[in-house]
Amino acid sequence: MTALKPGIKAPDFSLATTPDQKVSLSEFRGQPVVLVFYPADWSPVCSDQLALYNELQSEFAEFAAEIVGISVDGVWCHLAFSKDRKLHIPLLADFEPKGAVARQYGVYREQDGECERALFVIDGAGVIRWSYVSPVGINPGADGILKALESMARGWQ
Amino acid sequence: MEGYARLTLPASARDHAQGPAEAPLTLVEYGDYQCPYCGAVYPVVQRLQKAFGKKLRFVFRNFPLTQSHPYALIAAETAEAAGLQGKFWEMHDLLFERQAALKPDIIPTWCEKLGLDLEKLGQEIAQGAVEGRIQQDRQSGIRSGVNGTPTFFVNGARYDGAPDFGSLTSLLESELAGSP
Repeated sequence: MTALKPGIKAPDFSLATTPDQKVSLSEFRGQPVVLVFYPADWSPVCSDQLALYNELQSEFAEFAAEIVGISVDGVWCHLAFSKDRKLHIPLLADFEPKGAVARQYGVYREQDGECERALFVIDGAGVIRWSYVSPVGINPGADGILKALESMARGWQ
Repeated sequence: MEGYARLTLPASARDHAQGPAEAPLTLVEYGDYQCPYCGAVYPVVQRLQKAFGKKLRFVFRNFPLTQSHPYALIAAETAEAAGLQGKFWEMHDLLFERQAALKPDIIPTWCEKLGLDLEKLGQEIAQGAVEGRIQQDRQSGIRSGVNGTPTFFVNGARYDGAPDFGSLTSLLESELAGSP
């Protein structure tokens, strides 16, 4: 399975973010979207990938970019994790069918039953403009995302 | 990122550095004074400094995770403001050595301990004298691919290995062996 490449239209999806709310990719049409696929909530570090992106909200806001996390964890797990880590990033549950959205994006790890650690930057027209799969043990940071957002912003001038 | 992340702002005279500028090894750490992992790696860095002596220049830059750690920013500001009074490393060491005691109330105690002018420190923080520097550290970190705290760069390349003495020593030794 390989991750979807730039130039491809990002598959739309609708996933629960809380027990009574769903988030669809199409609702963000018109603004850049950053999808952060990650293996699981509760990784044992205070400064993991999501904490980092949580810290960089003002940087992402400069591009009016929406950033969302996606894992196969369920909504209750996401709620507890989000509260514990004080996350402002919506976490989406690719829970049922398990990993269905991750599969559509080519980032489901069959052997583990978890998502890859993968990033997608999608433009306002819904097209993937940049994607990156990190080795699952390495946190890819934010520099690639910001570079992609910047080049997209320049392209629109 | 494809491959490895590199430091976009090389170590220079602007930095808080220990060790010679011409050392063959430069270890840059982006850290957060309230982060337990940074606290845990603090003695490791000291051991590395002992082991490599003049061959190692160590640079510390701020990357406070303000959303996760409510006291990280005030701690960074305190260290930088102490630096304006010539005692950055003393405050840096105190913050990590006594990390368990870190809270805003402790700052006057630490300042007294180091013989700093507390009023001046407070004023400079309030007037934003150290804000630009911390922002510059943070921005350089973001651009360089900092992916949490601590993030280390060895001779400009982000270190993605385990933050223990053995692993870091191996890498530093192989950097030395590889250099002309």
